[in-house]
Amino acid sequence: MTGPLWVLLLKGAWITVQLMLYSAALAAAVAFGIGLARTSRLWIVRFLSGVYVEFFRGTSALVLMFWLFFALPLLGWQLAGLWAGTLALGLSYGAYGSEVVRGALQSVPAAQREAAVALSFSPWQRLRKVILPQAVPEMMPPFNNLLIELLKGTALASLLSIGELTFEAKLARLSTGESAQVYGIILVMYFVIAFVVTRVMRLLERRAKASVGQASLAGGGHR
Amino acid sequence: MNDWSWDYVGDIMPKLLDGLWVTVQATLLGSVAAFALGLVWAIALRSPSRWVTWPVGALVEFVRNTPLLVQLFFLFFVLPGWGLSFGPLTTGVIGLGLHYSTYTAEVYRAGIDAVPRGQWEAATALSLPRGRTWVAVILPQAFRRVVPALGNYVIAMFKDTPMLSAITVGDMLFQANSIGATTFDYMEPITVVGVLFIVISYPTSVLLRVLERRLVR
Repeated sequence: MTGPLWVLLLKGAWITVQLMLYSAALAAAVAFGIGLARTSRLWIVRFLSGVYVEFFRGTSALVLMFWLFFALPLLGWQLAGLWAGTLALGLSYGAYGSEVVRGALQSVPAAQREAAVALSFSPWQRLRKVILPQAVPEMMPPFNNLLIELLKGTALASLLSIGELTFEAKLARLSTGESAQVYGIILVMYFVIAFVVTRVMRLLERRAKASVGQASLAGGGHR
Repeated sequence: MNDWSWDYVGDIMPKLLDGLWVTVQATLLGSVAAFALGLVWAIALRSPSRWVTWPVGALVEFVRNTPLLVQLFFLFFVLPGWGLSFGPLTTGVIGLGLHYSTYTAEVYRAGIDAVPRGQWEAATALSLPRGRTWVAVILPQAFRRVVPALGNYVIAMFKDTPMLSAITVGDMLFQANSIGATTFDYMEPITVVGVLFIVISYPTSVLLRVLERRLVR
């Protein structure tokens, strides 16, 4: 492996990180939107958000990505590869995330909601000041898992010829013929990114817990 | 802009169903591999020796935290260089099985942990050998807790099989792409593939939920 090839792989890693962050932002928005909708009082809202979740959990992220990239242009919308990738990953992982949000919202004791009602908080204040601060720490560990899944999912974008890590590795392999070395290196790079993501999420979890007075046990306690 | 053509769908259906059969084969064989390998990891991780648990734990963490697609490329391009030449489908099954075994190992671990400690102690008190403790006491009790979670991973694996098309396995997505490449019309093939995935995976997941309620009281 020579210098220029390392530059190629590092550039690819940067695109991978960007793709992960964009998709994660979209997925988080979808997860909270759909997750809240699934706890709505109106049955039609619950039903429609349920259909969304079952649809995107039922299909394959890669097939969705190909559909957005190859089939959607035939309807007149041409998406750049990066956006097709972001959209497919964000929409599907958002569906998984919405289940996490729903579960965490439901795990907040009903008395908390009732107390907020008794104190005549508006619905928005109830959510913002009482429910979410208690629900968010619950969401962090499963969100971490989903974020790792999302990171692994970004490799699919290489099949749309987006210049992320796996795609650049393919170029490097074609130019050097060193398959074992190239793929070995990028596997380690993915692992390092996943490790950093996990550390950051643990930090956020500890912060979120501390903010509602649930200090985690000294030294991080559970793993 | 072109219109949806059912005639075209009819024409391509046989090829897509061929692809579906390959997809199903990959899923089933991959599941068997993942169930078996995962059990090996789970039992190895319970070993009293650090010389076993550390390398197995590191391998499992590494495989779980890196993309299946890259692992597939690794197996596909690297194994032949080591003198291990398999067909694309076999390589795909090995990749799926290995990747998902790191998840099933976790499922087994939870299932084994859920077996009450008294069961281990009773086996020790009866001086059952270690092998028989596992086969006759622990695993039968762990399995019923484990089945629904394993089922979910089979569905997840089913939805990941399109990745095998990247290593030239003739699965559904591969067929859809090759049809699209000749007709320049991707709309029908890819839509049909997406719909087939939902039509199969949604009822399966509903069935699993029913099974879960039956098995876990």
